[in-house]
Amino acid sequence: MVRVLLWGSLRQAADGQTEVEVEARNFKELLDRLAARYPGLEPQIRRGVSLSLDGVIYREAWFTEIRPDAEVVLMPYMTGG
Amino acid sequence: MSLDEYRKREFKQVGTRVRRPDGVDKVTGRAMYGADATAPGMLIGRILRSPYPHARIKGIDTSAAEALKGVKAILTGADLPAQDDDFIRDVQDNCMARDKALYDGHGVAAVAAVDAATAKAALKLIKVDYEILPHVTDVDVAVKPGAPVVQQGRTLENVPAGMSENVTSHCEFGHGDPAAGFAKADKVIERHFRTAATHQGYIEPHAALASVTSDGKAELWCCTQGQFFVRTLCAAIMGMEASQLRVTASEIGGGFGGKTTVFIEPVALALSRKAGRPVKIVMTRDEVFRATGPTVHTSMDIKIGMTRDGSITAAEAHLRYSGGAFPCGTVDMGAQAAFAAYDLDNVRTYGWNVLTNRPKEAAYRAPGAPQSIYAVESVVDELCQHFGLDPLDVRLKNAAKKGTKSSYGPTFPDIGLTATLEAAKAHPHYAAPLSEGQGRGISCGFWFNFGGNSCVSLNVNTDGTIGVTEGNPDIGGSRASISLMAAEELGIDYDRVRTIVADTSSLGYNDVTDGSRVTFAVGLATIKAAREAIRVMRGRAAKIWGIDEDAVDWKDGAAVPAGPNAGKFPPMSLAEIAAVSFETGGPIAGHHEVNVDGAGVSFGVHIVDVEVDKETGATKVLRYTVFQDAGKAVHPSYVEGQMQGGAVQGIGWALNEEYIYGADGRLQNPGFLDYRVPVASDLPMIDTVILEIPNPGHPYGVRGVGETGIVPPLAALSNAVSRSAGIRLSELPMSPPRVLKALGAAG
Repeated sequence: MVRVLLWGSLRQAADGQTEVEVEARNFKELLDRLAARYPGLEPQIRRGVSLSLDGVIYREAWFTEIRPDAEVVLMPYMTGG
Repeated sequence: MSLDEYRKREFKQVGTRVRRPDGVDKVTGRAMYGADATAPGMLIGRILRSPYPHARIKGIDTSAAEALKGVKAILTGADLPAQDDDFIRDVQDNCMARDKALYDGHGVAAVAAVDAATAKAALKLIKVDYEILPHVTDVDVAVKPGAPVVQQGRTLENVPAGMSENVTSHCEFGHGDPAAGFAKADKVIERHFRTAATHQGYIEPHAALASVTSDGKAELWCCTQGQFFVRTLCAAIMGMEASQLRVTASEIGGGFGGKTTVFIEPVALALSRKAGRPVKIVMTRDEVFRATGPTVHTSMDIKIGMTRDGSITAAEAHLRYSGGAFPCGTVDMGAQAAFAAYDLDNVRTYGWNVLTNRPKEAAYRAPGAPQSIYAVESVVDELCQHFGLDPLDVRLKNAAKKGTKSSYGPTFPDIGLTATLEAAKAHPHYAAPLSEGQGRGISCGFWFNFGGNSCVSLNVNTDGTIGVTEGNPDIGGSRASISLMAAEELGIDYDRVRTIVADTSSLGYNDVTDGSRVTFAVGLATIKAAREAIRVMRGRAAKIWGIDEDAVDWKDGAAVPAGPNAGKFPPMSLAEIAAVSFETGGPIAGHHEVNVDGAGVSFGVHIVDVEVDKETGATKVLRYTVFQDAGKAVHPSYVEGQMQGGAVQGIGWALNEEYIYGADGRLQNPGFLDYRVPVASDLPMIDTVILEIPNPGHPYGVRGVGETGIVPPLAALSNAVSRSAGIRLSELPMSPPRVLKALGAAG
């Protein structure tokens, strides 16, 4: 199981939780299962999210592997100027 | 793709200050900028823009304009297809209004004519029947219940019920218990701040030349930070397949984030399709200001608690950002960046994006971060003043470091903030004496940095030179940096490499030149492409020598036998291998395509000395030093240029630049006479100190440098002004009238 920290305003979409656990080996599995388990998260995931894995931010990269003890944070999709 | 491990090495090319390859063309005027493009039979396009900030378009009568001799096509929003996708629809509707004009300057119709005078005359003949609607241009007014609603139905599910319909999205970040943290503080300061919208102020206005042929193929030449993204947007708006639209990026006279989207390009394409001839549109400066990307304007509440020894016990921010008449997500990044420089147990940030009747925001270097960090760093500074503490010591005491749980969620890996603060503390500037009436301010700054999609082709020419093809317009000297990295990896001289920027038909997709990504991501792809070419060249040498490829190494630009057992052969140089490439298997090239992550966050610290003239309210910048972690500075001069440029733009933002709207909702200062960017006489030399703390996510340790430099100046200037003038302003810009008003209020 991977523990995922959600940004605060997603709490309502995830039954009030700021941390959730899902079975996932990579980012795609993680996002698919988050959306399936918490349909309230699905609109935000569809609009776009970034993920932080052990402090490094990823914007896409579906098949980045996630170790079970990794720190995973769901973040808004990041852009720059 | 994940990290590419950094390995320490001695560089021969990287880190040198070579001449940029595009320099001579640019300083002699030979370079081809957007407005320099021409085509046979070209028409001139002009856009009619709304004089009202908010008006329903009841009808547009173009008959008189159509009858004018020399007019070849007229376009309105009705000519463009309805879009299902919210993002594309917003881009399209910003280019050409559909049912409502949403801001002063919003395009409502366009004309293509045989010359500029005819096009201009035709615009005057177009009759638009407007129903003028109530407008709102201020974020604090727009969030109130009962405010005029800019666009209905754009509120996302994450906005709490009961708010104004102009609030389109909400975010919240943080951890711990701020209330408990504030209770532990010896002093809690809560302040309200506002910042004005500012424009990127690039020298070159937007320009585009479009040509659509009768078989449906199209060419577009334009001034952009990302020709591939332009293709994506324009193809969607035109209902074309991407392969049918070829976009070529011109040289670019500045962008800073403001040329990451389209404003006139789809209009030129649609006019060309209608007219059957090429159409060129060049924006006037008035149009640039009224209808292209300023930043958000903001209203912010910051609350920070500190003990008398300088420990921050809790921090909270409420941020309201408006990016104009279309939804944006900039407050998300402002909220995440606000407290990123601090190691905090109790922190919370809340953000709201708000619609107003202003032009659609476009990115501007580190979008969202300068504003929130200005407010945070101002309150931290006021707390330092309250307790009589050294502001650099306090920041060092509370600095985020490896293992810190950041205010936006992730735990930081190795970061360079402490080293940057220590460098600032040890610098002679920080200890230099000040005269009576002068003040010194400091601030930290932070930006995330990104990687992204990058393709590079590296071709070995038969004369032993190298051609590198990449897909990102060169804004800050990236062609030189890319050439340096190719030369370094191949082991040849920089002068043997020529890097060009390809059009969209010549290379796979490349993300926009933004996010401080190009030297990091395109550089990584270049290094990998060079390694691929080296692999091929080692193989060719092995064939010539009659040994295994594994028995050949690459050293100092030549193939060499890998140890005594491989055989005794003299080094075979790249040029020698290239010269016989046709005989040994054909042309030699290396390619690499990647969507790269691991850019690594960046921190900067700025020190500035100012003197405020209490009779005029004018602030003179006396001395300025920038400290920033570059990872590895591939071309130090261009890294310094980025740091200096960010500081200068931040100075303008802090002291003078602002979008001023009248009660009529119209922009009052759409030109460089009244929208005042800093000029040379306003500025001291901007000194720079580059720190090189390697980014583990890049083979050479590179991280982005383009954006962090604009984050600290706003607060650094504000903190310096507070010490010089003895008053603290809470609204930017600190223009002379505003300073005088504050001085007057303080007695």
